[in-house]
Amino acid sequence: MKRFVYINDDESPTQELYCDNRISNRKYTLLNFLPKNLWEQFSRFMNQYFLLIACLQLWSLITPVNPASTWGPLIFIFAVSATKEAWDDYNRYLSDKKANEKEVWVVRKGIKKHIQAQDIHVGNIVWLRENDEVPCDLVLIGTSDPQGLCYVETAALDGETDLKTRVIPSACMGIDSELLHKIKGVVECPNPDKDIRRFDANLRLFPPFIDNDVCPLTIKNTILQSCYLRNTEWVCGVAVYTGNETKLGMSRGVPEPKLTAMDAMIDKLTGAIFVFQIVVVIVLGIAGNVWKDTEARKKWYVLYPNEGPWYELLVIPLRFELLCSIMIPISIKVSLDLVKSLYAKFIDWDAEMIDYETGCPSHATNTAISEDLGQVEYILTDKTGTLTENKMVFRRCCISGIFYGNESGNALKDAQLLNAVASGSTDVIRFLTVMAICNTVIPVQSKTGAILYKAQSQDEDALVQAAAKLHMVLFNRSGNILETRYNASVFHYEVLETLEFTSDRKRMSVVVRDCQNGKIILLSKGADEAILPYAAAGQQTRTFSEAVEQYAQLGLRTLCLAWRELKEDEYHEWYLMFREASSTLVDREWRIAEVCQRLEHDLEVLGVTAIEDRLQDGVPETIETLRKAGINFWMLTGDKQNTAIQIALSCNFISPEPKGQLLLIDGKTEDEVSRSFERVLLTMRITTSEPKDVAFVVDGWALEILLKHYRKAFTELAILSRTAICCRVTPSQKAQLVELLKSCDYRTLAIGDGGNDVRMIQQAAIGVGISGREGLQAARAADYSIGKFRFLKRLILVHGRYSYNRTAFLSQYSFYKSLLICFIQIFFSFISGVSGTSLFNSVSLMAYNVFYTSIPVLVSVLDKDLSEEMVMQHPQILFYCQAGRLLNPSTFAGWFGRSLFHAIVVFIISINAYAYEKSEMEEVAMMALSGCIWLQAFVVTLETNSFTILQHLAIWGNLIAFYVINWIVSSIPSSGMYTIMFRLCRQPTYWITVFLIVAAGMGPILALKYFRYTYRPSKINTLQQAERLGGPILSLGNIEPQPRSLEKEVSPLSITQPKNRSLVYEPLLSDSPNTRRSLGSGTPFDFFQSQSRSSSSSYSRNCKDN
Amino acid sequence: MPDTVVIDIRMRGAKSSNGVDDDSVSSSKKNSHKPKYSRFTQQDLPACKPILTPGLVIASFTTVAVVFLPLGLASLFASESVVEIVDRYDKDCIPGTHSNLPLEYIQNSKSNKICTRNLIVPKLMKSPVYVYYQLDNFYQNHRRYVRSRSDKQLQSKASENDVSNCKPEDLVDGKPIVPCGLVAWSLFNDTYNFKVENKALEVNKKDIAWRSDKERKFGSDVYPINFQAGSLIGGGSLNSSIPLSEQEDLMVWMRTAALSTFRKLYGRIETDLQANDVIEVQIQNNYNSYGYGGKKRLVLSTTTWIGGKNNSLGIAYIFIGGLNLLLAISFILIFVFKPRPLGDPSYLSWNKQATISSN
Repeated sequence: MKRFVYINDDESPTQELYCDNRISNRKYTLLNFLPKNLWEQFSRFMNQYFLLIACLQLWSLITPVNPASTWGPLIFIFAVSATKEAWDDYNRYLSDKKANEKEVWVVRKGIKKHIQAQDIHVGNIVWLRENDEVPCDLVLIGTSDPQGLCYVETAALDGETDLKTRVIPSACMGIDSELLHKIKGVVECPNPDKDIRRFDANLRLFPPFIDNDVCPLTIKNTILQSCYLRNTEWVCGVAVYTGNETKLGMSRGVPEPKLTAMDAMIDKLTGAIFVFQIVVVIVLGIAGNVWKDTEARKKWYVLYPNEGPWYELLVIPLRFELLCSIMIPISIKVSLDLVKSLYAKFIDWDAEMIDYETGCPSHATNTAISEDLGQVEYILTDKTGTLTENKMVFRRCCISGIFYGNESGNALKDAQLLNAVASGSTDVIRFLTVMAICNTVIPVQSKTGAILYKAQSQDEDALVQAAAKLHMVLFNRSGNILETRYNASVFHYEVLETLEFTSDRKRMSVVVRDCQNGKIILLSKGADEAILPYAAAGQQTRTFSEAVEQYAQLGLRTLCLAWRELKEDEYHEWYLMFREASSTLVDREWRIAEVCQRLEHDLEVLGVTAIEDRLQDGVPETIETLRKAGINFWMLTGDKQNTAIQIALSCNFISPEPKGQLLLIDGKTEDEVSRSFERVLLTMRITTSEPKDVAFVVDGWALEILLKHYRKAFTELAILSRTAICCRVTPSQKAQLVELLKSCDYRTLAIGDGGNDVRMIQQAAIGVGISGREGLQAARAADYSIGKFRFLKRLILVHGRYSYNRTAFLSQYSFYKSLLICFIQIFFSFISGVSGTSLFNSVSLMAYNVFYTSIPVLVSVLDKDLSEEMVMQHPQILFYCQAGRLLNPSTFAGWFGRSLFHAIVVFIISINAYAYEKSEMEEVAMMALSGCIWLQAFVVTLETNSFTILQHLAIWGNLIAFYVINWIVSSIPSSGMYTIMFRLCRQPTYWITVFLIVAAGMGPILALKYFRYTYRPSKINTLQQAERLGGPILSLGNIEPQPRSLEKEVSPLSITQPKNRSLVYEPLLSDSPNTRRSLGSGTPFDFFQSQSRSSSSSYSRNCKDN
Repeated sequence: MPDTVVIDIRMRGAKSSNGVDDDSVSSSKKNSHKPKYSRFTQQDLPACKPILTPGLVIASFTTVAVVFLPLGLASLFASESVVEIVDRYDKDCIPGTHSNLPLEYIQNSKSNKICTRNLIVPKLMKSPVYVYYQLDNFYQNHRRYVRSRSDKQLQSKASENDVSNCKPEDLVDGKPIVPCGLVAWSLFNDTYNFKVENKALEVNKKDIAWRSDKERKFGSDVYPINFQAGSLIGGGSLNSSIPLSEQEDLMVWMRTAALSTFRKLYGRIETDLQANDVIEVQIQNNYNSYGYGGKKRLVLSTTTWIGGKNNSLGIAYIFIGGLNLLLAISFILIFVFKPRPLGDPSYLSWNKQATISSN
């Protein structure tokens, strides 16, 4: 499966074969919009149901009301979502059009022409100028730079904001820019894919352009669509992928819609109501048919024919089906969509979640899952860049066995090191050289003379800057030549090869030729386990591994630096292999890794660097608060165990002894791993009851074994443990862990910032991306993007919690009001001969569902049961959301009962007050409807916790609107209810009845609520009372236990004194459950007690799942 | 050692100096709709946050009780002050010879349908005294019945053929019936004549229908056509020379009742009726209530501000008022004997060192 691109060949068949550069992100065209959109909408069950009902209503024999009462809302709802889709699509069309019609310079028939971007074909040569956007994927063939370099910004593609260098293929090197028009050749490349890091292709130029050789191409030789050309006057390239087949186009996917736990619950309840409705329909249908045959046939005035059509038996049940169809509120979907997008807007708008450093507000990409935020049970977090700032600072180093920076905590200020640098000790100089040039950093001279570094990796940036501080300044990189300045002297190095960093190799190397003496040197840096085993035989690496150990204890990131002088022959021999490997099309990465391995051995280890990655502001507080809220934290990091544990300690992830305990799962072999795992599991089972923070630590290798062979037991462990640290894990393992927790029905939130977190973020129920220094890749894939980790607290406790509460009310209320009117219809059918007469007229029914009752409840999006501060002070209250206490079958049953009670009240009172001479159908109907409207206004009032002006407006304004609308309808002579509302409003009986309905309907509910509120208060109620009565808040704040102070003292202690490490390290890793037990509680009695408590806690945990 | 090299240690942050601010390029899209600060967007609108304090709740229950009890008494009093004479005549108006075959009697057009009843006025009835007929077990709200009418046809002559809803009383020999439908077809047709001490008592049958019906709903150019001309005769017939807008009995009848027991206005007696007066009523007993086992009643009633005699409202008011009073008292008692401070933090289980879920 290859693609052959013939360069600049206007006659070549490839032009027909591949699509042109027209970009299209549109879902619809003008023609297919209606059918396609309708098809999509009708693929949902709810919509199918409503359509069926609406169609049944067209049969006038069975329809209780005018079909418009269903068609109207249905069409309205469909129109709303269709309009939204159309608008989105139109915007996509506009932006496509703008991109498509952009003018670019393209060579056509040997002449440079200005054409629209959409007319670019595969094989065309495209000319770009500085700051141009790249219109399609190009293979570079020429640049203005004599070295063949150019710089691109790939932010739109991967979110990385640093400039990247791209280089023209060696075969095109040195071709005169005038001749580029005439260049001919063929590019052999794979079919379009979405991997933006790989492009394994070959280029062959045709005569007269010399080289008949195949020249390998990599991603370095391409510039991809949507990148920007920077710092380069011009480039030209061959279009290889165009239109929607570009790497960007291919990676554009439609994310699968996520369904919140709440949506699932609402669906379940809808299903229950549907079943209830069917039962009602069957019962009433049978009753209706029986009544018809026994009673109605005697009523001469009804004039039933003796012989009915074959479907006669079905008529009455179908009528009831239509009558009861309003049980499932058609408005709920629209209301929910509306409020959900408002929740998302509130997140976007939140001024307290703006990252003022970058001016970047929080953003909800997925507007549909805010409620899930309030129900999070597990947070899986990345470490680097998420908990930490990913702002690397060089802190310590160990050069040939001497530790620098241990006293001051900053090697740059260590006089000893400065002296060593000044005296020019060879080891130190070599060390600094590796720091300065073993990287891909690009130095840029600014106008003021200061040197700015453009680095792709934060670590490299820190190292280069530290080297510069130590007087080894990398100040120029032009082509292959690097220039460094040490004190006053300038050194030149020619970079021969760069052996790139991959997460498998865990190291990177450069091969340079020292231009001073012509020697070829290999410079390497990498993780300890990727460098130390390859040290030259005879070199003592113990000090280095000790240094690594010690630095890791302090939570520092370590890198080992090494070098080796290469012989000329060795290099050349290797070079050929490397060339061959890098031009393979299959498994190139693996082949290259293998070849690199052949060079990276017998290294002379120079030293170890330690880089500090500071914790972000507010991370410990955030984690503590969220843990109090009952959320379990798992840290998944690619870092090494000790670093991870240290970071975990310093950010409250785990507590130090004696409060906390770490259980380590490790082992070299499968057996060892499984044994240690069993021990941990046993300990964990015993200790769950103790008020202790028990966490387990597992590394990638052990995790792989566990997930493979002990999945079930590991799941148990995962459920038992509130905290876990998984280190050395790969992106796919992160995703697997999310999957594991999801399979236990836990709601997971994954938060990360880098490309390696993307899979985990997409896998989790909620993905949160930190728009940080590792680019926007994670933020793009995520449902929510925030600027800092600490905003997570607000996102969950404020936005998630409020969203959950509001939706819980809104959805149940929607069912309540639909059931209310439906019950009245059902009751009415009992006194109308079970014949399926609708008490209410079509206009009222339609307006009731869509208008009268939907508007006031919509303002519940402003409702706040507790103030934000209160929630932050008492994060435990999140439990109500997590456990789904506000929307579950039993709360729903409460609302169901309430609607039944209210229906009885309204119905009984209306027909008794309007009996005998007043019993006119329209009047009774309006009386009952008014009763419902008044009741629902009071229900909303009673259930609202805080009234803003908007709520008052909506609730009471709606009531007024009800009368205004009905007066208007009553003044239309052709309407059925002509003059009815005016007549009613003039009757004292009407008003008396309304007040009676309100008092009878609300009195018991208020009494019950008050009783529960005062004598059986939920935690929410208690806090509400505390907050609103003012007084006890202060005392509450004081009562709160503050374990932080203790930890604060402990953790810095362990950091500053490496000797103290036993405190945090060894005792944490207990060996056997026996020692634990004796540690935990003294007497057997205690032990049993704790056992029973553990069972109760696990019971309660099960409880909250339902 | 002095720093000899000028290096901006915070170069990453200072990148913007070279004109190509990478950070801001990437985030410019977001900045363009950077939130505007307002109290609405911050969900920080000033809000009133009431709580259910005992005082508030007890006060509101007491208020409702205090308002409802007198109101209930007032409406009960008003209802009691209504003087009402109800006379069921359907059974008694069947002559003894037909007592077992009422259907035959009523359907036979030759039989004598006149029936005389004597009513005693229990108390002074001030004019106007309303005359109603009351039907029981008559389902005017039956779906088949209630929809069998054509409001358009009633309204204007132009829509004479609009009879699609009127089945089965829509056409006679292919010609439309005006007014069509079961409702009109089953028009009540008993008539009453009143005498007090052998002096005829005038019953005013004008303005018994709603004015809106006369003016808008029933057209002045619509005359009954083919009414009761079919093979099956339902209720009363109409004078085909009088436009519908003046057929008030029809209008009253066509205001369908929501309940199966209902009263409809027959007319008004505009003289006072003295206590112990004996009213002699001559009833033309035409309407077939025997076929479906219904009852017919003649009702004479005065009226007050709440309408006719209807105790249910007053009773309900007193019941609700009493219930609220009871609730208020019991809440006061609970409050006094078992006080419980609101918002006591000690009720928070996590302050009690217990698991949250233990409650």
